[in-house]
Amino acid sequence: MAEGLKKARVVIREDECKGCGLCIAICPEGVLFEQKHLNRMGYHPAGYRGEGCTGCGFCFYQCPEPGAITVYKKGYVEEEVA
Amino acid sequence: MAKALIKADSFYEIYERKDGIKDVTHYCPGCGHGVLHKLIAEALDDFGIREKSILISPVGCSVFAYYYFRLGNIQAAHGRAPAVATGIKRVHPESVVISYQGDGDLAAIGGNNILQAANRGENITVFFVNNAIYGMTGGQMAPTTLIGQKTTTTPYGRNVVNEGYPVRVCELLATLDAPVYIERVALTDAKNTSKVRRAVRKALQNQIDNKGFSLVEVLSACPSNWKMTPVQAKQWVEDNLIKQFPLGVYKDLTDQIKPKKAEKQVFSVDGLKEKLNIPMEEEKYSTSVKEAKEFRNMKLKIAGFGGQGILLLGLGMAQAAMQAGYNVSWLPSYGPEMRGGTANCHVNISKERIGSPLVSKPTVVIAMNLPSMEKFQSEIEPGGLLLYDTSLITQKPVRDDIKVLGIPATQIADNLGNTRIANMVIMGAFIAYTSVLDKQAVINALPFFIKRKNLIPLNEKAIVEGMNYVLSSN
Ligand SMILES: Cc1ncc(C[n+]2csc(CCOP(=O)(O)OP(=O)(O)O)c2C)c(N)n1
Ligand code: SF4
Ligand code: SF4
Ligand code: SF4
Repeated sequence: MAEGLKKARVVIREDECKGCGLCIAICPEGVLFEQKHLNRMGYHPAGYRGEGCTGCGFCFYQCPEPGAITVYKKGYVEEEVA
Repeated sequence: MAKALIKADSFYEIYERKDGIKDVTHYCPGCGHGVLHKLIAEALDDFGIREKSILISPVGCSVFAYYYFRLGNIQAAHGRAPAVATGIKRVHPESVVISYQGDGDLAAIGGNNILQAANRGENITVFFVNNAIYGMTGGQMAPTTLIGQKTTTTPYGRNVVNEGYPVRVCELLATLDAPVYIERVALTDAKNTSKVRRAVRKALQNQIDNKGFSLVEVLSACPSNWKMTPVQAKQWVEDNLIKQFPLGVYKDLTDQIKPKKAEKQVFSVDGLKEKLNIPMEEEKYSTSVKEAKEFRNMKLKIAGFGGQGILLLGLGMAQAAMQAGYNVSWLPSYGPEMRGGTANCHVNISKERIGSPLVSKPTVVIAMNLPSMEKFQSEIEPGGLLLYDTSLITQKPVRDDIKVLGIPATQIADNLGNTRIANMVIMGAFIAYTSVLDKQAVINALPFFIKRKNLIPLNEKAIVEGMNYVLSSN
């Protein structure tokens, strides 16, 4: 059996992000930030600093865009979603 | 336990129906609709009910919810989602039916719709997005707009003197006996959002368990029309909306209620016939009708006192003509004149298709009392027919550009022993004069509109007497 993720991780699909900033405002760890560049819709997309996500999921449930944020929790096994 | 929070399966991967960019919703940045969509989709995934779920999109910003949800979708007229949901649920009791509505949709134009559906205790789930404004149309006042809140239609702020007070939907509906579960939640911080998630799931579970009507009101941000950033808008929900609309459970009978068995109501044709007293055997339709040219497309107004069988006469004509192969319509008038003890009905008998059951320019007027003759003779098309009861109307008609046929119908009926069959004497006179129907056609139709079978011979006799009167005087 494959070993799960050692650390939680958040993935933001910049193309689907509307730059509303709600995820950034809610993150208890402060690991999300507004990026300088614009995406295809002209928004400054949110980004992940790359470290420190605990996988609490708060950002996922703040984000209005169905596909913009994915949160992988600690122990998540990649094969679970084929 | 889920180890990842991923876009739900109950959403389409690509929103094919949407114009432009097809992997992003049409909602504004920070709009509450998107979050609620996600919570609903997640619950449908987790409960494994996506395949049997039907979501009714309202009119409002979420009018295009069907772009996104990979379920059965229907879009309803403004405010009518609860009625549409009712229909669907009753035809498909095994399905999970969701009425998704905004505050303009649910609390303004659809106010009575939701009230009645809740009061009937329909086994549906209602998600009510209260953002205190009309979002889609550009920020007009909603019933839920706060006192002092500026909208395009309350530019100085909502003033109770002019616009009344914000409507509290949960509190109102919770006074009803039937609803099972009513809760108000808010899409704000993580704690409140998790309460929204729980409420969404409970409201769906109740329906799955056949418990009855559940409604979740979701206080939700509309940053665009509130003219705030998404983060400010969330704070505004916390600081202002929640004050006016306190969060909490307003009704919860979930644990007391016994599941109602979902039963599909089946109506058999024979069962209905029995209930409505319609003969089981289909009568052979008469075809031996001469076509009187001048009466090909007949428009009748039949009028008299209540109790003279005016409506029944019209109904009988329409029934007999229908069985004889005509297109027909019968429109009883229940207008204010009913109160004065008079009755009338409109009948169309036509070889062509009938556009409207309403008759405003009759080709035939049947008057069984004086007020009716006075009222309607002026409406008759030139060349048309006025048929009237001379036993009750001693005055002569004034028109000289129409055909006139007087018959002492009530007298003839009295001679037969019952004044109440004067209407059938008139029927006989009418068919003899116009030859639009033959006697057999009317006799065939009698059992369809005369409920008491023992009265049929007397009615037949009256018809024959009416015919004889016309034929012998010609
Ligand atoms: C019969 C009818 N009347 C009026 C309208 C115009 N109209 C469209 S959306 C809307 C209000 C929507 O507001 P709400 O229900 O609060 O939804 P939101 O857009 O805020 O999500 C109105 C009045 C319409 N489409 N149909
Ligand atoms: S999951 Fe929690 S910790 Fe991780 S980015 Fe989202 S809000 Fe921050
Ligand atoms: S909440 Fe979603 S849309 Fe808003 S900034 Fe974060 S990722 Fe982008
Ligand atoms: S107008 Fe308001 S309710 Fe409509 S999509 Fe935009 S933020 Fe949402």
